[in-house]
Amino acid sequence: MLPAHLESLPTPAAVAAWDASALTGGSHERGELVLWTVREKLVDLCRFLKEQRQFTRLVAVTCIDRYPSEPRFEVVYLLHSIPNNERLRLKVAVHSSDASVPSVCGVWTGANWYEREVFDMFGVRFEGHPDLRRILMPDYWQGHPLRKDFPVHGHKYSYKDE
Amino acid sequence: MNPTDTVLDSRLQEMAPESPGSPRRMVLNMGPQHPSTHGVLRVILELDGEIVTKAQPDIGFLHTGIEKQAEALGWQQVVTITDRMDYLANLSNNLAYALPVEKLLGIEIPPKAQWMRVLLAELSRINSHVVWLGTHALDLGAMTVFFYCFREREDLLRLFEMFSGQRMMTSYIRIGGLALEPPRGWDKAVRRFIRELPAKVDEYEALLKENPIFLRRTQGVAHLPLERLLDLGVTGPMIRAAGLGWDIRKAEPYSSYDKFDFQVPVRQESDVYARFLVRLEEIRQSARIVEQALDGMPEGPWKADAPHVVLPDREKMKTQMEALIYHFKIVTEGMRVPAGEAYVPVESPRGEIGFYVVSDGGAQPWRVFMRTPSFGNLQALPEMFEGRLIADTIAALGSMDFVLGDVDR
Repeated sequence: MLPAHLESLPTPAAVAAWDASALTGGSHERGELVLWTVREKLVDLCRFLKEQRQFTRLVAVTCIDRYPSEPRFEVVYLLHSIPNNERLRLKVAVHSSDASVPSVCGVWTGANWYEREVFDMFGVRFEGHPDLRRILMPDYWQGHPLRKDFPVHGHKYSYKDE
Repeated sequence: MNPTDTVLDSRLQEMAPESPGSPRRMVLNMGPQHPSTHGVLRVILELDGEIVTKAQPDIGFLHTGIEKQAEALGWQQVVTITDRMDYLANLSNNLAYALPVEKLLGIEIPPKAQWMRVLLAELSRINSHVVWLGTHALDLGAMTVFFYCFREREDLLRLFEMFSGQRMMTSYIRIGGLALEPPRGWDKAVRRFIRELPAKVDEYEALLKENPIFLRRTQGVAHLPLERLLDLGVTGPMIRAAGLGWDIRKAEPYSSYDKFDFQVPVRQESDVYARFLVRLEEIRQSARIVEQALDGMPEGPWKADAPHVVLPDREKMKTQMEALIYHFKIVTEGMRVPAGEAYVPVESPRGEIGFYVVSDGGAQPWRVFMRTPSFGNLQALPEMFEGRLIADTIAALGSMDFVLGDVDR
């Protein structure tokens, strides 16, 4: 459902008119628009935003780890529309027990490396990704470094094991 | 066997399966120590004779975990590590980090600091572009330009040293303003450099535009249409050379860029030569901006009036109890940033750089995501390589102007 304070903004209103159940929340603070969606609607919503609202640029895909609270991960899509000069942050909350979201590589080709990076750093899987491998860490690396329970100096140098 | 060896082998086999190929077919490792990759980038090329049939970039050799480190440092300390990721445009990086944090803090930066930031960001654009031009020309066999460009770079590094005491890792832009007051006589030194620059740019242009080898190796090479580039996430001079006049400095002005008069150079060809022309023109436009900044530099303080963020003056600290308390709090606990998140895009020499900053209200960032232009731009590499001669890969790589520290972070 679209929050009342976002009704006057064109993009949330257009999304709500297209499919009211696609939005689960949102905010508009400091001039930045954030919309929350669910996994099931993500790819269709992205396609709608690209084709109908001219969000031709996927700026980046990233993730926030809210450890220890659940749902633990927020997968964040930074979108930009050049003709409308508009920016939008799309978010999906993911539980740690089933950390996966559908891939949006079919909508923007450029999502490929960003999704690989999120997989590498947070361990969130992207279903339907054409080549989901680690990108920055070596293939034999264990763990996902940007998770909050991964120590800054790495497991390798942990004092606990000794 | 070292675990790395197995990985490398498996990747190579993936590229060259056991099926019988033509005798002309081979798999070639370009990098990670190839001079024209300008950093540790490995590209696995599958060749048919001299034609590249498949290219697969392998990155991460320079990965330093900057985003992880940022979560373990104080807010102000993170400025120093942003310098390290793109060492050719560190002032743009500093600025890109300071802006979203200042947005969360809700503090207002005085005009002098804003104009100084513009001036420094443009000097760092000139610095980045001259290094790019010199090395790109060198890759294509033109050596003189390289020496000329590094002569200009030396002047620029002297200017940076004058401001910050550092040649490369300046960290001069801080949350809340600048690190130090600009030194006495700095404007004369900058003015001298800027006055002489346009003639030097003309010289580079003449050296390359009248060089038949350079023209043959760049015109019509590594073409990609604008729609493809946008779809792949490419930003900066590469899309401006493909016909789209989109520049964040104009579209979403930050740090008083809206008060400056400059043009956004655009070309239609979207080849290596067009990218060369766009960057060359950008150097000239940056020089114009620096000149305007010098002429109209406002008077006043160079840091914000925000005692909970910016350290008080030394004199105040010695005489005022309040100032002493703030100083003690900032130094021992670090500054606190209200909970929330912000993203502010900035036009770096390579394209859109933006720090997506998330705070939980503490003295350390909860998350700092660095959207770097080189990472987005490098995704276009396979499409630029495939179907072209192996000699053209060098020109294509150069035209992308990536910095591997910016890709791997």
